[in-house]
Amino acid sequence: MRFPTKSSKAAEGDMTPMIDMTFQLIAFFMVLINFSDAEQNERITLPLSSLAKPPDAPADTPLTLQLTREGTVLFAGDEVPLAGIKPFLLREKEVLTRTDRNPAEATVIIRADAATKTGVVQELIRSCQETGFEKFTLRAKQEEG
Amino acid sequence: MRIRHQASHGDEKIELQMTPMIDIVFQLLIFFIMTFKIAMPEGDFNIKMPLASSAPSIVDEIPLPPINVRLTAGPDGKISSIQIGERALKNFDELHQEIIALVGADAGPSAVASEAEVELDCDYNLEYRYTVEAITAISGRIVENAIVPLVEKVKFAPARPPG
Repeated sequence: MRFPTKSSKAAEGDMTPMIDMTFQLIAFFMVLINFSDAEQNERITLPLSSLAKPPDAPADTPLTLQLTREGTVLFAGDEVPLAGIKPFLLREKEVLTRTDRNPAEATVIIRADAATKTGVVQELIRSCQETGFEKFTLRAKQEEG
Repeated sequence: MRIRHQASHGDEKIELQMTPMIDIVFQLLIFFIMTFKIAMPEGDFNIKMPLASSAPSIVDEIPLPPINVRLTAGPDGKISSIQIGERALKNFDELHQEIIALVGADAGPSAVASEAEVELDCDYNLEYRYTVEAITAISGRIVENAIVPLVEKVKFAPARPPG
């Protein structure tokens, strides 16, 4: 009968399955990572719609306005009350005009919270119109099923 | 006996240093887990909001009058009634059926649906989710996982004053 002679060597766990799994996890998260610069904010719960399919091509010259349920507008990192959005829109228009783009061609993307009052959304659209923006899209979250 | 000496060394198994690799791999793993964010797909509804032009342009054909859809809200912001023209409707499904009946289900460049226009007239305090639900009912339907557009021109009536 033979006994193992190398009893003095320290027992080593097999690392291979662990490394395999870790690489699998890394690959999984790498594939799913989303570096898109779409403006999103956790405070805003978009309304659901079964017709909300992602657009084929991103809008040229998009301008995202996010409307919270409190009635404030999140725009380019600032939170401004609805009544004070005009100067920001005028500044944006100025930037567009200086870079030879027509504000009327820019698309205003409105990400409004599902619990916002429709009248507030309309007021925001009205402010944009008075500034010179003409194209609007309302953003909704895709509904399953 | 140098050669033999070297040969005996070559028999030894070369052990790879695993520790730095595993360190880096775990760092990467942590990075990707931290930056992981589930983003639900989002979509857009185009709405037509032209400015009321002071000088009406001369057009050859008279455009179809817009289909008026009126949404009223209760004091809590929930939907309380839906009207199309003068007819009261029970829910958004009925609105959807009514729109199909008005513009026809056929799609195409000459279809009525591409010409028709819906004007949404909502109460000030109506929650936005119902407005989007109404736009969904108006603008299309899903047949076998594909979107069949109905009325694509949606606009808002002038906002009603709060209260």
